[in-house]
Amino acid sequence: MKSEAKIRAALPEGLAPEALRDMYYYMVLTRLCDDRAFALNRQGKIPFAATCQGHEAAQVGAAFAVKRGTDWIFPYYRDTALAIAAGVSARVQLLCLFARKADVFSSGRQFPNHYSVPDLNIASISSIIAAHVTHGVGAALAFKMRKQPAVALIAFGEGSTSEGEWHEALNFAGIHKVPCVFFCENNEFAISVPQKLQMAVKNVADRAAAYGFAGVICDGTDPLATYAVVHEAIEKARRGEGPTLIEAKCYRAMSHTTDDNQLTYRTQEEIELVKGRDPIPKFEAWLKERGLIDDSAVKDLKAKAQVEVDEATDWAEAQPPPTEEDLYTHVYASGPTA
Amino acid sequence: MATKTVLEAVRDAMHEEMKRDERVFIMGEDVGPRGNVFRITAGFLEEFGRDRVIDTPLAEASIVGVAVGAAMLGMRPIAEIQFADFIYPAYNQIVGEAAKIRYRSAGGNTCPLVIRTPYGGGVRGALSHSVSVEALFYHVPGLKVCAPSTPADTKGLLTAAIRDDDPVLFLEHKKTYRLIKGEVPDGDYTVPIGKADVARVGNDLSVITYGLMRHFAVEAAEQLARDGIEAEVIDLRSIRPMDREAIVKSVSKTRRALVVHEDNKFGGVGAEVAAIIAEDAFLDLDAPVRRLCGPDVPAMGYAKEYEDAFMPGPEKIAAAMRELAAF
Repeated sequence: MKSEAKIRAALPEGLAPEALRDMYYYMVLTRLCDDRAFALNRQGKIPFAATCQGHEAAQVGAAFAVKRGTDWIFPYYRDTALAIAAGVSARVQLLCLFARKADVFSSGRQFPNHYSVPDLNIASISSIIAAHVTHGVGAALAFKMRKQPAVALIAFGEGSTSEGEWHEALNFAGIHKVPCVFFCENNEFAISVPQKLQMAVKNVADRAAAYGFAGVICDGTDPLATYAVVHEAIEKARRGEGPTLIEAKCYRAMSHTTDDNQLTYRTQEEIELVKGRDPIPKFEAWLKERGLIDDSAVKDLKAKAQVEVDEATDWAEAQPPPTEEDLYTHVYASGPTA
Repeated sequence: MATKTVLEAVRDAMHEEMKRDERVFIMGEDVGPRGNVFRITAGFLEEFGRDRVIDTPLAEASIVGVAVGAAMLGMRPIAEIQFADFIYPAYNQIVGEAAKIRYRSAGGNTCPLVIRTPYGGGVRGALSHSVSVEALFYHVPGLKVCAPSTPADTKGLLTAAIRDDDPVLFLEHKKTYRLIKGEVPDGDYTVPIGKADVARVGNDLSVITYGLMRHFAVEAAEQLARDGIEAEVIDLRSIRPMDREAIVKSVSKTRRALVVHEDNKFGGVGAEVAAIIAEDAFLDLDAPVRRLCGPDVPAMGYAKEYEDAFMPGPEKIAAAMRELAAF
């Protein structure tokens, strides 16, 4: 077992050894929430869910680089682990899956994972791909105008980078050097369309050259590698040195959503192959090798996460749904008809 | 009271709000050194600086999208779309995003944003500098749409729009910019969004209109008055929310209604006004509701003949009013 000083020295700048166990826990908790969402859908209890399996390391790594209470997150709908590591509890996650009135994100109005969580500086998003990327840039513009030491982390998949609005957002951010970080979770598929049919370049990060700032690639199945580049980019942005485009190379283990069947466009062999890159056992082995966790601790953490998800499921399911009257709230500040 | 043009009213409202509230800023194409293509923001860059008068790249979706993000973070952006004809690339941001942010987040996020844009014809603007876009937006809950016609209303409504907690599409008829002059009250005031104005009082028929057509309708009404026909002219000022009460009150009194707008007839604002009258004033009517609108062709052409044929003017309005009065 290495001494704590040695481990500390081996960690990316800004990350404390105490955070490692939390990172692992959030990855496990997310996986259980994800599995639960699919199971609830197959049981006919919820109409729809999207999965983030294969993205957990990238998202948790990025979330830990965000300065909580200061920075803002503009996530996308596959960011379950990002939101959970930023402070969304299993209860809150399950409330959105069940579309309950108390759903923090949207009071049961939106698809799961469409946020917002104002208390955690997580912005509202729609399902329109890349529409939130300009919003993140606008938030960063506001930070710059107010001389606020805050940064916007804007997450999206590689398919988003085909959208005109994505280009407009990065172009604006590069010109005005606003404090934001563009975080691409490249899972190689936009529903069924592979990366080679989204772009002629090899890497999403290559696109950064067109905007006058750096594009950086990291291993999105490694939370520490992702943390390191996101942390560096966020602090660079905070110093007023402009945006960075990060491409976290990860993969999608499951179908796009509960309504998709990836076997219509991918082979079982290919799916098994990518599942071999599962970030959770990989990080678990890394922690064990350094004596930061042992089998007993893993067992305890997994049991704790299971209890949290089970309890959250029962609790959320028992919460009341929205009523017909709720249809008419929050149309305008002044009421339903302005 | 001072006499101002509509253009000066727009400038004054933005200038005063930017002085009053440092959250207010302007972004758009050519708003900086050029001071906007109509010179509305001339001098703003020097007075308020580059942080608050932002010349954007030529990209309408991000003009609105970036403004939406800033608004979500508590700023009060005024996003300018140089001509309404250029607003289509930003349609997703206005309709799909800005209008739904409050609702979709159950009040967690809001979007206090003004999108200003000059619209309308009569200036030889051809296909892509003449369009009226109100019908494409007034259908959308969560959005407010204003289309004032006088300098006083323009200043008061724009001030109200900037202070409003929801997204407002603010339509300025470009022909009124320098053509229409009028008294503007001194000091701080607002005109409430959603309230119509009785531009002229009369008992024989009601003309319900907005924008440039308000002025043409009043001119037409004066012609009719010489023959003893007294028309009431209702200037909606706001398209959404629409002042249902003012429409019904006037039509119930005059028993005849003509809706006039420059935008295409089919599915236009006039259709909603006619439906309101049918729902709430049907039994008071002495004649069918009439609409005088831009024809249902894709746009007005560049040639003067096309433009003249497209635009309703005082003569066409007067003829439609006489016909309705005689029914």
